[in-house]
Amino acid sequence: MKITGEKVDQLAKLARLSFEGEEKEAIRNDLENILEMCEKLNEVDTNGVEPLIYMTDNVNVLRNDEVKQEITHEEALKNAPKKDSDFFRVPKVIGQQND
Amino acid sequence: MQRGECHRNKLVLQRFMEFEAVIGLEIHVQLSTKSKAFSADSTEYGGMPNTQVSPISLGHPGTLPRHNQKAVEQAIKMGLALHCDIRRVNHYSRKNYFYADLPKGYQITQFDTPICNNGFVKIKTSAGTKNIGLIRIHMEEDTGKSMHDQDLHDSLLDFNRAGTPLIEVVTLPEITNGDEAYAFVSEVRRLVRYLDICDGNMEEGSLRCDANVSIRPVGTTEFGTKVEVKNMNSISNVKRAIDFEIQRQTELILSGGLVVGETRGFNGLQGTTFSMRKKEMINDYRYFPEPDLPPMHVTDEFLESVRAGMPELPETLYERFTKSYQLSEYDAGVLTDDKATALYFEELAKISGNYKASANWVSVNIRGYLNENGIELSQFPLSHSKIAELIVQVEKGVLSHSAAAQKLFPAMVENPDESAAGLIEKLGLAQNTDGDFIENLVNEVLAKYPEKVAEYKSGKSGLLGLFVGEVMKASKGKAEPKKTNEILLQKLG
Repeated sequence: MKITGEKVDQLAKLARLSFEGEEKEAIRNDLENILEMCEKLNEVDTNGVEPLIYMTDNVNVLRNDEVKQEITHEEALKNAPKKDSDFFRVPKVIGQQND
Repeated sequence: MQRGECHRNKLVLQRFMEFEAVIGLEIHVQLSTKSKAFSADSTEYGGMPNTQVSPISLGHPGTLPRHNQKAVEQAIKMGLALHCDIRRVNHYSRKNYFYADLPKGYQITQFDTPICNNGFVKIKTSAGTKNIGLIRIHMEEDTGKSMHDQDLHDSLLDFNRAGTPLIEVVTLPEITNGDEAYAFVSEVRRLVRYLDICDGNMEEGSLRCDANVSIRPVGTTEFGTKVEVKNMNSISNVKRAIDFEIQRQTELILSGGLVVGETRGFNGLQGTTFSMRKKEMINDYRYFPEPDLPPMHVTDEFLESVRAGMPELPETLYERFTKSYQLSEYDAGVLTDDKATALYFEELAKISGNYKASANWVSVNIRGYLNENGIELSQFPLSHSKIAELIVQVEKGVLSHSAAAQKLFPAMVENPDESAAGLIEKLGLAQNTDGDFIENLVNEVLAKYPEKVAEYKSGKSGLLGLFVGEVMKASKGKAEPKKTNEILLQKLG
């Protein structure tokens, strides 16, 4: 499957990344190789085989509605690259919200 | 085409084209579980930022979500209340998008197996009643909160809300104006409160409504380009935003423009909508199955246990209040507006045995008191049995209704521990049925108005009311009206 420059741009945008010049060509090439490898799987006849989603046969693994606070506020913020005493901080992202 | 011709066509268009709006709503309901949808951290509103979080709600790798059974029960309750089909085999999906308040990079939701399908909500507007059909109700999780205006360069993130269980109710495009949307959201809010699955507070965001609005020429069946309107944080704003949007789209088309598919926000101060993002910027969500959560099967047993735990719904109560209790439609409507009022009334009616009087005391006097003091029924100091005492005293003729409403009721509210009989005694509110007492007053009144008496005797029987009123006044409200009437008729006859 051919990966076009536009496809790279579209995927990059969804992942909030950007590629230009040689870098873009390199990632385009990599993506194409990955897809080619995956296409190999299409050679297997999967007619009548249900897609595998779960690794177990479990159903209804539910929990009761009980509150348990397992980590502290400090632990929650510990690994954040940017934070203050209350909040996680990220570069300003106004105007693109989804929900 | 010549310029003049074009202008003429536009005039023709304006004169003959009438539009109708096609509106569908999406309502997010934050469920009232104690812990989150897929982890055990608390869902309580208003905590210090990032104190109600867990490795799961923060999206750390290697964590395993487990669904909160209570959230499933509440979703099913909503489905049953809205006459939906309940799905027996449920799966979860990942809705992928990249945004800072969604730390996993995807939202867990139900994409192709919503727990409820079909169903409807019955609404009442000035135009009558109408059923608004539903497409689906699915379960999902809430995001964290971003704050953009606290700092010059950074957005601040609080994940206390991340992972709070939601259900999303999606309607068919069967709503045609702001009034119907208002009625729909009001009814959904009333039901979630009856079911006790959400506090229904739109200002705090526990109930959120988005509207898809398009217009088309009357008589056509094809849909126009739809615009999604967001940020309406009250039910009246839902109506205002929709009415504005219909007007905006109509004017746009009549002036030769085209509606652009986009998301618009609502500005409550101006009552207008504004463009937030164009359609082409809307994400491709790349849904795929959530392999971390095994399928959830709703068994017969589970469904029946949820059904058995359902409270009576306003429609059922309304039926009983109008049919069995013979209340007016208006009274039944007021009393079933919220569950606490309906339950209070029913309890009171049972104790007092007088449905009509109970309805009046609850819907007029008690509600008036609550409104005046800005409190909830749960904070009202008098129990049903106290109000029942009061009703019984009026029924027995011990005191008049007006004395009960104006003097006894306020006194009881001030002294909730004293009995109605005790306060009547203490305040001297008992009306006088003593014939001599009333007769003396009647004589005084008739002596005071000899011309009116003459008029009455010459046929103006409507004057009787005036005499009764004067006697009541002279007795300071203590003359028993029935007895007063009797004596007056006897004297005038």
